[in-house]
Amino acid sequence: MTYSYFPGCTLKTKAKDLDHYARISAEALGFTLEELPDWQCCGGVYPMAKNEIATKLSSIRALAKAKELGQPLVTLCSACHNVIKQVNHDMQTDDNIVLKANNYLKLAEPYQGETEVLHYLEVLRDKVGFDELKKKVVNPLKGKKIAAYYGCLLLRPGKTMQMDNPENPKILEDFIRAIGATPVLYPMRNECCGGYLTLDEKSVAESRSNKVMASAKDHGAEMVITACPLCLYNLQKNSGVSDLPVVYFTELLAEALGLK
Amino acid sequence: MADLKELVLTTSGVNPLKCMRCGKCSGTCPSYDAMEYHPHQFVYMVEKGDIEKLMASKSIYTCLSCFACVERCPRDVEPAKLVEAVRLAVIRQQGQNHLKSEQIPEMLDDDLPQQAIVSAFRKYSK
Repeated sequence: MTYSYFPGCTLKTKAKDLDHYARISAEALGFTLEELPDWQCCGGVYPMAKNEIATKLSSIRALAKAKELGQPLVTLCSACHNVIKQVNHDMQTDDNIVLKANNYLKLAEPYQGETEVLHYLEVLRDKVGFDELKKKVVNPLKGKKIAAYYGCLLLRPGKTMQMDNPENPKILEDFIRAIGATPVLYPMRNECCGGYLTLDEKSVAESRSNKVMASAKDHGAEMVITACPLCLYNLQKNSGVSDLPVVYFTELLAEALGLK
Repeated sequence: MADLKELVLTTSGVNPLKCMRCGKCSGTCPSYDAMEYHPHQFVYMVEKGDIEKLMASKSIYTCLSCFACVERCPRDVEPAKLVEAVRLAVIRQQGQNHLKSEQIPEMLDDDLPQQAIVSAFRKYSK
């Protein structure tokens, strides 16, 4: 199976590991990520205003291109996933945005939210299957206690994202089990790391990241995994309370598949 | 001419009258301690038409867009969309960008992801 793939700005620069290990693991699991031609940065955060159109266009271009190619659109970065999925929801439900975006873009065929948007984790769960993944693991990470960090963008708003239960998710814990490790549940796993406030109000990012890392450590984690480059940055650089390693989930996937 | 309250309501698509003032939005807000006006106050101040006070407050820049208040509001009020609409009412004005490109070099470090910069620009500048 071949999927259209939207890597996003950071996966080409500071988060190359997140991208690289996802691509090689995909091949080992029997699917291909085909990078969209000429994709543009999603903007990092979903423009919530009803009358923001221009800031949604890069997502709509990616969605329309995937539709043209007849492939579901796969994302990896939590932020890209959140933006593109929420914009796609607008294109399915908000007539005013659909009208104005299409009026501007002048596509060969109007785009109305037809593309299926999948996060890489959803491909693992729903297309490959965690049981199948488990069978392909050659290097199970036995005994490793891993805390899944969802942050905010993978899950919320739950009605639109529809990945998992936003208050009691399990997709990352099921992933951790599939690669042979032990998931650690902790209360801060779906609370914000402080996001882009690391630039404007660093103390907020520090206090938030400390709370997340202290919570993971108190519950016995030896490692934290994430799908978001900004979460990884905040949890590593803005948290002084813990020296737990923070890694991308795709790196552990590649390790378990014997590719690293 | 439509007033600022009308502008914020149209931009956000929020109906503040749905709020039953339970305070759950502020209880769950990760930026609560850093805010002068908290999410529940945004809701009732917009409803009262107190927009200029909100526009002048730094609280419009401390919202993280984490959607915690949106997810957890029992009445589907979506307070974050009001914060966004008030912030837009400010930064859509000429010369009112909260973040300027010349400030960026001094904020950089070797690990800072591009995502942080594009997100901040989208939130703080037009």
